[in-house]
Amino acid sequence: MNARQSKRTIPGAPIFDSDAARRGYALNKMCYSFNSKANRDEFVSNEVAYCKKFGLDEAQIQAITTRDVLALIRVGGGVYFLGKLAGGVLGLDMQDIGALQTGVSKEEFKAKLVAAGH
Amino acid sequence: MAKIVGIMTTSHVPALGKAIHLNLQQDPYWKPFFDGFPPIREWLERVKPDIVVSCYNDHGLNFFLDKQPTFAIGTAPELVSADEGWGIPTMPSFPGHEDLAWHIRDSLIRDDFDMLTCQEMLVDHAFTLPMALLWPDQKWPVKSVPVCVNTVLFPLPSGRRCFKLGEAIGRAIEAFPEDAKVLVIGSGGLSHQLEGERAGFINKAFDLKFMDSMVNDPQWATQFSDLDLVEQTGNEGVELLNWLVARGTVSGPVRVVHSNFHIPISNTAAATMLLEPV
Repeated sequence: MNARQSKRTIPGAPIFDSDAARRGYALNKMCYSFNSKANRDEFVSNEVAYCKKFGLDEAQIQAITTRDVLALIRVGGGVYFLGKLAGGVLGLDMQDIGALQTGVSKEEFKAKLVAAGH
Repeated sequence: MAKIVGIMTTSHVPALGKAIHLNLQQDPYWKPFFDGFPPIREWLERVKPDIVVSCYNDHGLNFFLDKQPTFAIGTAPELVSADEGWGIPTMPSFPGHEDLAWHIRDSLIRDDFDMLTCQEMLVDHAFTLPMALLWPDQKWPVKSVPVCVNTVLFPLPSGRRCFKLGEAIGRAIEAFPEDAKVLVIGSGGLSHQLEGERAGFINKAFDLKFMDSMVNDPQWATQFSDLDLVEQTGNEGVELLNWLVARGTVSGPVRVVHSNFHIPISNTAAATMLLEPV
C-alpha cells in the first residue's frame, strides 16, 4: 500500500478521491436520492430506516444522526452530496456547515469570510 | 462560419439561486455581486450572441458516482433544469444547439478527447445561474451547448488538459459552417472551501493573480496540479478549471470588457469577467 502511504494531504482540506468514493458510496447514493422531494420527506419521517434502506453502516448512520459534518466526510461523504442533505433536507446554509466544522459560531464564521476580503 | 465573440466567466454560488428567486439583487449583501452584470447585459444587447457554449461542473444532478465522466458534452435538444436537492428554484428549460453540439462532439473525439455524449441532460446551478445572470427574464434568446468537467471525484483533469480541451472546442467552433456568434461561458470558482477544518478558506491574492492571468498569461494556472489548486484556492476553488476551458477557446489575445470581484458571497470569492477577442 505504498500509494496510500505516500498520498499527499493538505491540512484541513479533505480530498474526495478514490478511497473516499469507495468508502462513501452508500452514503453518497442516499444523499443523491435527495434530488427528489418524496425521498427527502421519507428520510425525515424515519432517518435511520432510510439510512438502512441504502445500506449505510453504523459509523455512517451515527454521523447522520449526530449531524457531525466532519465525521460524515471521514466516512466517505462528498461535499456536493452532503450539501443536498444539509441544504435540501436540514435547511442549513453553507455558513452553518462551515461553523459546525470549524467550531465557531455562525457569526464568527461569517466575520472570517468578510475579513478574507480585506 | 461561427465565431467566438466573447468569454464570460462567473462564480455560480448556489445561494444566488435563492437570491434571484427572492429578488435580492439590490440587497446590500448581494448587490456587490449582482452589480457586476448590467455592463455585461449592455454588451449582450449590443453583440447579440446566438449560441452559448457553457463550460461548467455538475454537482450530482445529471451525473452520480455510479458513472462519473471526466468530460461530457450535451447534444440534447432540451437542457432541463431540475430539483437538485439544494433548495434552488428550477428555471425554464434551455434549448440545446444540437447541430453545433454534435459538431463539437465529433471534432473533440477526433482530436483525442474522449467525451461522454448526453442525448438527454439535466443541468444544475452551475449551468443555470450564469444564464439567469445574463438574461434575468429567463427567456433564453440563445441555444446552448453544455460542456461538463469533473470537479467532483479526484483526480481531476489537469489544468493543462482543460486548457487544451478549450483550444479544441475553439477550433471546432471556428470550423462550424454556419454564421453564428458564440459566447463561451466558464462557470465556477473562485477560491472557496465548503468542507473540512479549513472550511471558509479564501485566497484573495491568488484569485486576483488568476484573473489577471486570464488576460495576460492565459496558461499561468496550468502549472498547478489538482491538489496544488486545492491548497491555493480551496477544495471548490478548483472550479477555476472551467475558466481555463473557456479561456482556451480563444487562441489570441483578449481584452477585458468588464470585471468584478467581491468577497464574500456565501463562502466564496465571487468573480465575474467578460473578455472579448482582439
